[in-house]
Amino acid sequence: MVGLVEYGGERMNLAFSSDAERRLQELLGRYPNRQAAVIPALHLAVREFGYLSPEAMDLVARRLEVPQSLVLGTATFYTMLHKRPVGRYHIQVCMNVACYLKGSDNLANQLKDRLGIGFGEVTPDGMFSLEGVQCLAACGMAPVIQVNKDYHEDMTPAKVDALLDQLRSAPGGEK
Amino acid sequence: MTMFPTTSQTSPTRGYLLRCGNDEFIDLKRHRELGGHAALRKALAMTPDAVREQVKAANLRGRGGAGFPAGTKWGFLPKDNPKPRYLVINADEGEPGTFKDRYFLDHDPHALLEGVIITAWAIGAHQAYIYVRGEFFRPIERLESAIKELYDAGVIGKTVMGKPFDLDIVVHQGAGAYICGEESALLESIEGKPGRPRMKPPFPAVVGLFGCPTIINNVETMAGVRLILEHGADAFLAMGLPKDGGPKVFGLSGHVKRPGLYEGPMGLSLKKLIFEYGGGTIDDKPIKGVIPGGSSTAVLLPDQLDITMDFEGVKAAGSSLGTASVMVFTEGTCPVAVLLRIARFYAHESCGQCTPCRDGTGWLERIVESIEFGHGRPGDCDLLISAANQIMGNTICALGDAAAIPVISFVQQFRQDFEDHIRLGACPYGNKPEGH
Repeated sequence: MVGLVEYGGERMNLAFSSDAERRLQELLGRYPNRQAAVIPALHLAVREFGYLSPEAMDLVARRLEVPQSLVLGTATFYTMLHKRPVGRYHIQVCMNVACYLKGSDNLANQLKDRLGIGFGEVTPDGMFSLEGVQCLAACGMAPVIQVNKDYHEDMTPAKVDALLDQLRSAPGGEK
Repeated sequence: MTMFPTTSQTSPTRGYLLRCGNDEFIDLKRHRELGGHAALRKALAMTPDAVREQVKAANLRGRGGAGFPAGTKWGFLPKDNPKPRYLVINADEGEPGTFKDRYFLDHDPHALLEGVIITAWAIGAHQAYIYVRGEFFRPIERLESAIKELYDAGVIGKTVMGKPFDLDIVVHQGAGAYICGEESALLESIEGKPGRPRMKPPFPAVVGLFGCPTIINNVETMAGVRLILEHGADAFLAMGLPKDGGPKVFGLSGHVKRPGLYEGPMGLSLKKLIFEYGGGTIDDKPIKGVIPGGSSTAVLLPDQLDITMDFEGVKAAGSSLGTASVMVFTEGTCPVAVLLRIARFYAHESCGQCTPCRDGTGWLERIVESIEFGHGRPGDCDLLISAANQIMGNTICALGDAAAIPVISFVQQFRQDFEDHIRLGACPYGNKPEGH
């Protein structure tokens, strides 16, 4: 819980990069009040720090001058605002109807086997995390997998294998 | 009639709504080559009231699922409220089966944006927010690049095409919550809060975003507004039905040979969509069921497919047009497994505000799951229907009904499959249940 965190000197120093600060100012200009920038600012914090630690949420609250409770309430409502670290490659498998009908269960099992992790887990090397997600709105191209920002459509077991090989051999992918 | 192939098939002929293939992007230059901004020029030469009257005359029903006439909705704005007015575009596409709005963001954002500018002029809004679902990173980048083109070309900003009317358009990225597609939850979300739907009234047209009068429209609705202004209300009506005007984007997914987006007139034959455009079912297997308008719409049996895809046509078959997103499944598919995916979805996406939905969707999920896993008990079918009926109509927003409708319809339409599951303690189709 945000309010219960004991802040060491170092943690209090958590700050946005100058790029992110610039972006934050730009975001604030888009809305008539600061609270409306909470979700964009939390997206920014996820991009900066990988996930929303209590300190990161506190930073957003301080920079926007809104209550911590509000930031915590919003952050915990939305699935994309990670409250735990995810892998360098965050793999999301759509498990909803259209993808189910085209074999997403098999792809999910294949990914679990190859990565040695279940949904909601991260590989020990921090490279991959896996999640079963709800409809990604790409049903005509089912089954669909999202890796970080990118959609991979019309997936097959062979394409999943090739994708994993490619991600393994090309570290440093964009978050 | 246009086909929008989603896999690398033949190049599509261009339609009114689907103007390009999935490997193309229509930038401002191309948009103008295709006659873009002619509609906007016409609108700006008219009074805002005249634009609204034309949209009303075209019988454009909202393309977000509810089908409320757009022109009528605009008319709900109070005339004497001194507060600013907002235009909000709902691009929080998330209803399972639906993937049409992403096309406009990703391939043809100017078709959407031209509709946005026309609508802002018609309702007197100087600020528009486009709320896009968070997972759409690339579509958001493309939409933002298109908005930048409009600013750079002087189409929007301090003036609109030189007319003394200032307009800003801002993209707001969602963060992963289906409920934010509900219009009042969407407003809460823009305001920085959890997406919990508001009690109505007051309706957003009176008290909406930041407490100000607000109009919320779907992406495809905006593309429709552009067509109405470009071709006129009569021509738009002629592209559809008298009470349900215009062309429509239809989504097709599941067990069909050619899934994807197709354009046709409002009132397109469902069979034509599945068998002609979609090429029929995979391996030509018989159809077991069709979900006609997204996962919240009642499932249809093979003998109910002789219908037209428009709001009244699908309603007559006991279901809804919804987002016109057709999901087909063939014989050999277990309806219990399909319903489980739907029940899980609504349980996951309930915002937790209303007890019947928060607890009820969990119950529905657990009962369907126990049947799927072979632990079903006699009486579970009636229990499901009873639980669903206690959600229906008892919640602030439509998510409760959206969760209840598919449960009731699946159990009613496929009761024998559910009873067999319960009796055998296993899937009659030999499915191995998946835990995940």
